[in-house]
Amino acid sequence: MMRSLFTEFVALVRKTGTLIVQPRMGFDDPALMRRGLLAVRSAGVTAIGTVTLDSYTRQGEHDRAQMAVASGLRLNGYPLVAHGAETTARMLGGVIGAGFPIQVRHGSPFPEQIFRVMLDAGVDASEGGPVSYCLPYSRMPLRESAIAWSKAARLLAEQRERGVVCHLESFGGCMLGQLCPPSLLVALSVLECLFFQEHGVPSVSASYAQQTHQRQDAQALMALRRLCAEYLTDVDWHVVLYTFMGQFPESVTGAEQLIRESARLAAATRTERLIVKTVAEAHRIPSIEENTAALRLAHDAAREQAGPASPPSAGADSEIYHQAKVLVEEVRGLSPSLTQALPAAFERGLLDVPYCLHPDNRNRTRTVIGADGLQWSDTGAMPIPAGLGGGRIGSRRLLADLSFHRRRLDPAPHANFPSRAR
Amino acid sequence: MTSVEIFEDLGRRDAFGPLVSRARKFLVSSVPSDSHMWNLVALQIFLEEMGHEVVNLGACVPTELLLRRCHAERPDCVVISSVNGHGHIDGARLITALRADPGLARLNVVIGGKLGVEGEANSQFEQELLELGFDAVFHVGAGDSAHAIESFRRYISSHVEQVT
Repeated sequence: MMRSLFTEFVALVRKTGTLIVQPRMGFDDPALMRRGLLAVRSAGVTAIGTVTLDSYTRQGEHDRAQMAVASGLRLNGYPLVAHGAETTARMLGGVIGAGFPIQVRHGSPFPEQIFRVMLDAGVDASEGGPVSYCLPYSRMPLRESAIAWSKAARLLAEQRERGVVCHLESFGGCMLGQLCPPSLLVALSVLECLFFQEHGVPSVSASYAQQTHQRQDAQALMALRRLCAEYLTDVDWHVVLYTFMGQFPESVTGAEQLIRESARLAAATRTERLIVKTVAEAHRIPSIEENTAALRLAHDAAREQAGPASPPSAGADSEIYHQAKVLVEEVRGLSPSLTQALPAAFERGLLDVPYCLHPDNRNRTRTVIGADGLQWSDTGAMPIPAGLGGGRIGSRRLLADLSFHRRRLDPAPHANFPSRAR
Repeated sequence: MTSVEIFEDLGRRDAFGPLVSRARKFLVSSVPSDSHMWNLVALQIFLEEMGHEVVNLGACVPTELLLRRCHAERPDCVVISSVNGHGHIDGARLITALRADPGLARLNVVIGGKLGVEGEANSQFEQELLELGFDAVFHVGAGDSAHAIESFRRYISSHVEQVT
């Protein structure tokens, strides 16, 4: 009998057409982490629990995380490896189950040790990817990250031998949170899922982060779904949307509006799962209550949006689809294994993330926000049309584009946000 | 990512001055534990628009790498930017190592951003960081971003551009 808490839950909920909501929640203290998970479970929504790890653990500095815990310093997430499998299993006891799977979210370019502790603690789902957790969050050479992720993915694949079906979500649909055009986000997400498939992971999800324009985002999600159907032939898969990951509105009303828009976008495209932000996002690490309130807000907004009975196909034949497909094909043509092909693609500039300063990213591409959403102003050496051109993007334009949702949704002058003692 | 907001007011007020006559070389970098990138991107464009040359080391820069690049690039000014709240810890370690290097002891090095996790109370770290060897500290609390960036611009004008 195979056990797969995460994968089976998604498959079951998919039949009902309900959007699964999930927070990005992580606390250093096991008791608080447990309380947070229990609050999500009993929030009255269809939810998956999240254990987000701290940045020391992300960088493999478990001693430092351990010291911080021992000396009572606050970390920005749950130090999984420092706490260990036993403590974590106890923390999750009576919380995790068939009706409430848990996913570990981490941000590491070398996640094998994190996965080992996670598996020992009874958790079967995580996320990330060789590109998406290397370029924005580390200085590790992409080649090393690809090799480290190959090993880590194979570890998850091997769990089948002991009857556990693991799930891995690509973070490729996020890339720096904002100002990365949809075609590249979709391509990276598909490529990372293909990487997981290549290494035997039985169940994957492809991600996309809400950007600036509802219709463009819907097209991107349709393109992503179509490409998944074409390429992910050997694995179970679904699509996950992230509420906007860039500069978040500072006002409560603005933040709520953006969260609602992401939930409606998910419902309208029959996206299976939504990672939800909170109204405190622009200010500090959200509380448990702010997390559960955001989940309810997203759940309600998705229910009010009359979604189609099945994923719509209109718009699937978009420019985004064609550009993303060209990128995926070109990269796959570089080597039989994506462990080699992905770093080679960045080396040649076939993939190039706008504004990303990682040494292995060429950083020759540029984006602007136009009337119909994100547009390429320069595609560098990528095998897609050159974009709008128009030369350098000045600081005023860049800063305006970075604060797009703030300018759109925050009342002016910015409403004061209530602060909260930790 | 919210660090970029510290430049917003400036952009709105058209505060970028005319190009300077003497271009200077700036080394922009984060601290070891900080993976934020948009603050560094914005700083680079800000300095380039003033007419300066920028070498941007990006996020999560180990101290040894920063020291090595300081020797190799010989910048006129090193700009450390951090927003994850660990800037005062990592920054203290970084400047101590840098000043202990005889070849870098007199280098112009400044730090700015959200340097602690306590908002306005982060200003408490300024004096300590100055004493450890930073030439200037541009602390960004809640809502005073324009002030910090304006101080930074004035500092460049009087301490970097004018130095012969």
